[in-house]
Formats: sequence, structure tokens, C-alpha cells
Amino acid sequence: MTQAPLLLELYRRMATIRRAEERLSKLFADGEVPGFLHLSIGQEAVPVGVCAALERGDTVASTHRGHGHALAKGMALEGFFAEIMGRASGVCAGRGGSIHVADMSIGMLGANGIVGGGLPLATGSALAHQVKGRPNVAVAFFGDGAMAEGALHECLNLARLWQLPLVFVCENNGWGEFSPHERQFAAKLAALGAAFAIPYEEADGTDVEAVAAAARRRVEPARRGEGPQILECRTPRWRGHYEGDPQKYREPSNLDAARGQDALALAAARLAAQGVDAEALGAIERAITERIEAAVAAARAAAEPDFAAAVAGVYAEARAHA
Amino acid sequence: MPETRYSAAINRALADAMAADESVVLFGEDVAAPGGPFAVTRGLLAKFGPLRVRDTPISEAAIAGAAAGAALSGLRPVVEIMFMDFMTFTMDALVNQAAKAHFMFGGQCSVPMVVRAPHGGGLNAGPQHSQCLEAWFAHVPGLKVVVPGNPADAYGLLRAAIDDPNPVVFVEHKGLYGSKGELPESPAPVAIGAARIARAGRDATVVTYGAAVAWSLRAADALAREGIETEVVDLRSVQPWDEATVLESVGRTRRLAIAHEAVSAFGVGAEIAACVSAKAFGRLAAPVARVGAAFMPVPFARSLERACLPGETEIAAAVRRLMAPA
Repeated sequence: MTQAPLLLELYRRMATIRRAEERLSKLFADGEVPGFLHLSIGQEAVPVGVCAALERGDTVASTHRGHGHALAKGMALEGFFAEIMGRASGVCAGRGGSIHVADMSIGMLGANGIVGGGLPLATGSALAHQVKGRPNVAVAFFGDGAMAEGALHECLNLARLWQLPLVFVCENNGWGEFSPHERQFAAKLAALGAAFAIPYEEADGTDVEAVAAAARRRVEPARRGEGPQILECRTPRWRGHYEGDPQKYREPSNLDAARGQDALALAAARLAAQGVDAEALGAIERAITERIEAAVAAARAAAEPDFAAAVAGVYAEARAHA
Repeated sequence: MPETRYSAAINRALADAMAADESVVLFGEDVAAPGGPFAVTRGLLAKFGPLRVRDTPISEAAIAGAAAGAALSGLRPVVEIMFMDFMTFTMDALVNQAAKAHFMFGGQCSVPMVVRAPHGGGLNAGPQHSQCLEAWFAHVPGLKVVVPGNPADAYGLLRAAIDDPNPVVFVEHKGLYGSKGELPESPAPVAIGAARIARAGRDATVVTYGAAVAWSLRAADALAREGIETEVVDLRSVQPWDEATVLESVGRTRRLAIAHEAVSAFGVGAEIAACVSAKAFGRLAAPVARVGAAFMPVPFARSLERACLPGETEIAAAVRRLMAPA
């Protein structure tokens, strides 16, 4: 059992993600967030649990549902909100938005608009760790929808052949876009792990302590040079594929069951049993709300991105050759 | 100046770049132990070891995607795609990931990677091993595309491509690997985006690149015997391309043909023709001509492939038409 101070910190990180995404949902409804928004509300235990096992120099590649990964890896709320609200002060200068939040300074290689698109990036990042002799691992977050992408199968094979320091983390929320997982994938990830002789472990993606413990068990062998690892976390999808998705393809009972799995409520109950009272959690919540509101206010006040600067930013500047 | 084969010039550029920078790594199908399907990477495994020179499985999407990820994490990967036709499997990595990362992450990172791939026909390799697809990549903001036509440019452009902070598609030609040309003792990088006047002439300009440079030079020899002096501009890079050199040449000769092995429709020649028409319309004494492959998959049979691909004869004919009185 994790001691209260660590669980409290994990709770704080999960609550930060939950409240940030709830705020985004409202901003989206109010027209302050353009484009598409894919929320990970309900899934917070996975990014928080996994990133608790990571060092700053470790790298993660993420998915279209990537806000949690970004914040759990350490992205600042100011740059996060400003990006998703399309401002010049955004972490990607307003050029990427929700689906491309990235922060190279903390090893966050980007949310990704392409299902499975982050898998080869994480594989390459793990290769770089290996070639450079760095004591780091790369994590490839992917959803169950990506199991049917060829990229996963190519990367499992390559990572195993080269014994890369790579942890494949599947967030299995049971839905690939508008269709249930069982209609999209004929195999099991565990069986794929066995086929490639890659250690596989499953964790309850609603239990942040379970995820953190499993992540440590997968990250450490990868860090020691024992090759790639797989962690599959069952996690609920509370929201639609995107904000505004009426989810008519989902039975109300399926949605209710998902909403019954609440990582934050589970952690709060456990903390209460350990003697952390509601007032302490309330104080954490108030601090989070303050930070979020400050970030939103700063984003609202920030400038729109400059088109000329964007045009000039298509290519990185090359050294001059004769 | 010693004569060097095109394939050896590429090999030397790889070796020199790897010796100069430990971040440069090489991987692809059969590039390490077998030394490359066209022997371009022979000897590099022995020189630089298995950490930096690796054979991959036949997984083009993972090869290109891992190159992008490695480039984001501090390496300068050079990867080989055995035939340019197989780049269809690399499209997500190149088009959605590598090309856009610098831009869409707000300039936080660059993606210094090179994808080497041979294009071109002439080997009766059939519809899936002969295509020239460089225009696809030139169409994507964030990618650079170079197509060297001789050993010195192959060396110099590859050094520049490896040095470049952006993803570069480095297009080789299977038919050129055995060709020879001069390579200085201490060859220098060649700036990406700079064309080269391969032959000076006053009557017409042929803008070309890759294997078609040699065809254009032979066409110019034939035309010279008829009293037509043709200027041949070797673009060397198609993205970015050297608009200034082309406009300057056309401004003098007032006649332009663009010759490449790729099909003409929606191709590199179309882009150049549109640009010249927009910026030098008043200087043109004849409509811009394009020479390219027939709009068809590259066929297998010798006679069919010969009829499909352009060459010296088609380029010379196009220039003669430019010279004919309206």
C-alpha cells in the first residue's frame, strides 16, 4: 500500500487533469476552444500512474486523447491552456492545438492526430536512448483502437529485435472511435506480447496505485536494458470520441458502467481510509482551480498567433553551405 | 580529380558524416551485414559497428517512423528505403509526423533525418519497382527533396541533407549507381536548393534533375550539331528549387523545356512551368514544354518500358519545337 503522501500527490495530479479537462469542456461549449476536443476524463489514473514511474529524461509519445499524458509528464498549465485556446503563448505557439500538445523540454513528444502515429516515434526515441547510452526509457501510449494498426505490430517486432528500452502502454477504454473494441480486434494484446516474447502485464486503469506499481515493474527492466515491455490498462471512456459526440452507438448501461469507474473517487476513498480528511482534498481542489483559472485568464489575455511567424516556421533554419 | 562511382560517393558521404558526428546512425533493410541491395552501404557496419549501422525487418512504416522519433530524441538518422515505390508505407511518418513536427510544435524541435530511396526505371523492374514519386514529397510543406544527378552532387547533397535540421528525402537513381564522375579529394557539401548550370547555351533552357540531366546533356550535344545552343540547368533540389537560377536562364534564352523521368501530370515540371509563366510570361518566345514519362504505370517488357520513359530523343524534339517559328 502506497503511503498517503505519495497517493495524495497522485490524487493531486489526477485531479489537475480532471479539472483541466472539465474546464476545457466548458470552454469548448462556450466557443473558446476551436476545433476538435478529445477528453480523457475518467482515464487519469493511467497517465498519472505511468508517469510516476518515469524520470524527466524519459520520453513519451501520446495519442489524440493526450491531455493527461502531457500534464502527467509535467506540462505547465499556462502553455497547455493557451495552446488549446489557440494563442501565441501556447506550448506549440498555437499551431498544434489539443491534438498536438507537446513539450520537448520534459520529453513529451506530442499528442498525435494519427491513431498509432506515436508508436514509431516512441520506438525511435527508445533507439536514441539506446544508441546514446542514456539511462532512459521511452513510453508509447496508445489506445485499443491502435491495436489494429500495422504500426503496433511493426514496432513490437522492431523493439523486441533490438531490445529497445520501450514500454508500450495500452489504454484500453473499450472503444475505438464509434465502435466497440471486440468488433475491431480479433486477438488479445497479451497474446501479442507472448508472440513477440515481450513481458506483458495488465493493470486496473482505475486504480492509480495499481498502475503506478505495474508501471514501475515494466519501466525498470526496460531501463536496465532487458528490452521492451507491455502494460495494458483497462480504463473507462466517460466521454464521447470527441466533445459533442452524442454517443448514440452506446447503450446507456455501457456508459453508466464506465462512469461507475472513477479513479479520483477511488483514490479519495482510499485517502479517507488513511486519515486524509475531506478538508485536505478540498484545499488541493481549490488550489488546482485557482491555477486553472489563472491559466485560462492568461490565455484569454494572450495574443493571437502571428501568421508571418507561422509561415516562417515551416522549416527549421539550416546552417549555410557554400 | 579522381573518378568515383555514384554509389561510392554516397558511401563516402555516409562514412564521412558518421565519422564527423556520432549522432548519425544508419538503418534500413539489408544495409548493414549485406551492405545494401545496391552495395551502397558496403563496409559501414565494419567501420561504425552494430549500434549505429543496423539491418531492419521489412517494416518501412517503422523504419521511417523510428527515424522521426530518433531525430526528436537527439540522433541524426539516415534510413534507406530499398525502392522509392516502397515509400507508400512511410507516408504517415514522413507526411504527418516528420514534416510537421517542427511547425506544429511551435519550433520546439527539429527533425534532422534523411530518407534515401532509389527511384527510376530502365531496369525492366516493372510497375512497383520503377516509379519516380518525388513530386509527392515536394508537395508537402516541411519536407525537402533532393535528386542528385552525378557523384559529386550525390556526395555534397547527402552531406548537406544529413546536416540539415529538416527531414530530407534523398532520391537516388538505380540507373546511376554505376555511373562515374569526378569527386574532389576533399569534397564539400552542396547547398540544398541551389541549381547548377550543367551546360551553358543561348537558345533554349532545359531544366532537369536526376538521371535526366545526362539525357539532356546528350540532347544538347545533338542539338548543337544542328546549330541550337541549349542551356541545361540541373536543379539538384526539387524542394526547395532554385527559382532564381531558372528565371535568370529563361530570361536569357526565352525558351524553356522541363525534362524529368516522372510522369508530367501534376509533377515538378508543372510547378516550374506555372512559376515561369507567372513571373516571366513576357520573356517567353514559346509556350513552356514538358518532357516526362507517359501517364501510365512503368511497364515491364523492354519495348514497353522504352516507349514509356522519356530520353535524349524526346528532350531534343521538345527543344526543336520550342525553336520552330510560331
